[in-house]
Parts: sequence; structure tokens; C-alpha cells
Amino acid sequence: MTVETTLENEILTAKIYGEIDHHRAPSIRQKIDGQTENLRPKELHLDFSHVSFMDSSGIGLIMGRYRNISLLGGKLRVINIPQNLQKIISLSGIDSLGVL
Amino acid sequence: MNIVNEVNFNFKSKSSNESFARSAVSAFILCLDPTIAELADIKTAVSEAVTNCTVHAYPDSIGTVYINVKITDNNKIIIKIRDKGVGIEDVKQAMEPLFTTSNDERAGLGFAVMQSFMDKISVRSKLGSGTTVTMEKTLYRAGYDKR
Ligand SMILES: Nc1ncnc2c1ncn2[C@@H]1O[C@H](COP(=O)(O)OP(=O)(O)OP(=O)(O)O)[C@@H](O)[C@H]1O
Ligand SMILES: [Mg+2]
Repeated sequence: MTVETTLENEILTAKIYGEIDHHRAPSIRQKIDGQTENLRPKELHLDFSHVSFMDSSGIGLIMGRYRNISLLGGKLRVINIPQNLQKIISLSGIDSLGVL
Repeated sequence: MNIVNEVNFNFKSKSSNESFARSAVSAFILCLDPTIAELADIKTAVSEAVTNCTVHAYPDSIGTVYINVKITDNNKIIIKIRDKGVGIEDVKQAMEPLFTTSNDERAGLGFAVMQSFMDKISVRSKLGSGTTVTMEKTLYRAGYDKR
């Protein structure tokens, strides 16, 4: 399993499991985008609580989902970022998107 | 400064080898007793450099990625990641944060991550013959058994 999705109150939560790198990003992206297009949620929450590793491919994944959901008129939030990923998240500047 | 340990390995530039490469480097330096944060920094930097070989150096084919890791007697780790791919036209520009030549959801942050997660990085590249990225990091509380 790479992604587990749940829909509640028009919020689609995608809980991502394991490592996010260039190899795994496409399948994670596909799963999230498929659900987003089908369900058209008001908000998409990316739950990072079970992400054990990520490199800049994870940042690309967040920015891509931000673009997608914005085009559909929804909002993105990135939740439960583990301590060990804070460094790359803050370096990326994605906090300026208002998703954290 | 003397080299007390060294490893060389190479592998095909397949994306499935990205996790192998960072795990292999991480396993090799475990003897230095790095902190979890230091290990995470090094794994992330290696992942960035190796991914660049897969994505950019060999865009339409599978090539070989060469990794050399050295450990010095003053607890420094020197990692060299080399490809024989397309090369980089303007290294200075390539290293600027957010610069990317890819349109496949890349953030353009790979070099910025390597720069901030390691103490030092240098990039040598020649169009048509390839790229070598050398990164260094000195571990804070290293307890290497020098025997
Ligand atoms: N080994 C390489 N061979 C050829 N070109 C490279 C290599 N490494 C990097 N580049 C070039 O430098 C640019 C910047 O690399 P960098 O890793 O910073 O960003 P990226 O790979 O485009 O995006 P990200 O790393 O965030 O996914 C790349 O877009 C590519 O043009
Ligand atoms: Mg990169």
C-alpha cells in the first residue's frame, strides 16, 4: 500500500505510506489525482505521518497537488509532518503557499 | 587527513536503484555512529544526486551511476557520485534554487538540498561526457573504530 484515502465532510485525506522519491512519486501521484478528480473535494489533506523519507521529489509532489486542487477550486493542506522531514519542508519554501 | 575506509560501487540508472543507493551509503557509514539527523541528511543528499543521474544524465536510456565513499581519520565522509551522461551546460545556473530543465513536476531543489544538507559540494561537468558531484560532511560525534 502506498496511499490510503478517506473522504469526510468533503475533505479528502490521503495518507501516504513509506518513502517518497522519484521512483515512488508517480504511483502516489496517480492514486491521489484519481481520487481528487472523482470526488472533487473542497479540501485535499496530504497526511505525512507515515512518510519515513522524502527528497525533493516529495516537494514536487506537494507543489503538483497544490496546482491541481487549486485548478479545481479546492484547497490543499499538508498535515502531520514528522520531525525528521521539517528540514526539507522549510528549505522548500512551501509554507509560503499557506498549506502548512 | 588519511583515508581509513573506502567503498566503490556502480549500478544501472534505474529509478528503482535510488533507494538501494542511499541505503548502501548509509549502511557503509554506520560504523561512524552518526546521529539519526546526520544519517537522514546524507541519505537525502545521495538520493538527490542519484535521482539527477536517472532523470537528467541519462534521459532516454539506461546508463551507469558510479559511487565512491571515503571515510577519513578526522570523521569526514566524502561521497562522489558520477555519471557518463549528457553533462550540464551551465553548472552555476543549474545549482540555483528552483532552476530545473524538467517539466515533470520537479521542484528544482536537488542541488539546494545537497548544499544545505552537506558541509560542502562541488560539481564538475562536461557536455557530452558527464557529471561528477562531490559532497563532504564531517560527523559531529563520530566514534569510528579505526582498527
Ligand atoms: N547529473 C546531471 N546530468 C545532467 N544534468 C543535470 C544533472 N544533475 C542536474 N542536472 C541539471 O541541473 C538542473 C537542476 O538540478 P536539481 O537537482 O537542482 O533540480 P531538478 O532535478 O530539476 O529538480 P528536483 O531535484 O527538485 O527534482 C536539472 O534540472 C538538470 O538540468
Ligand atoms: Mg534533482
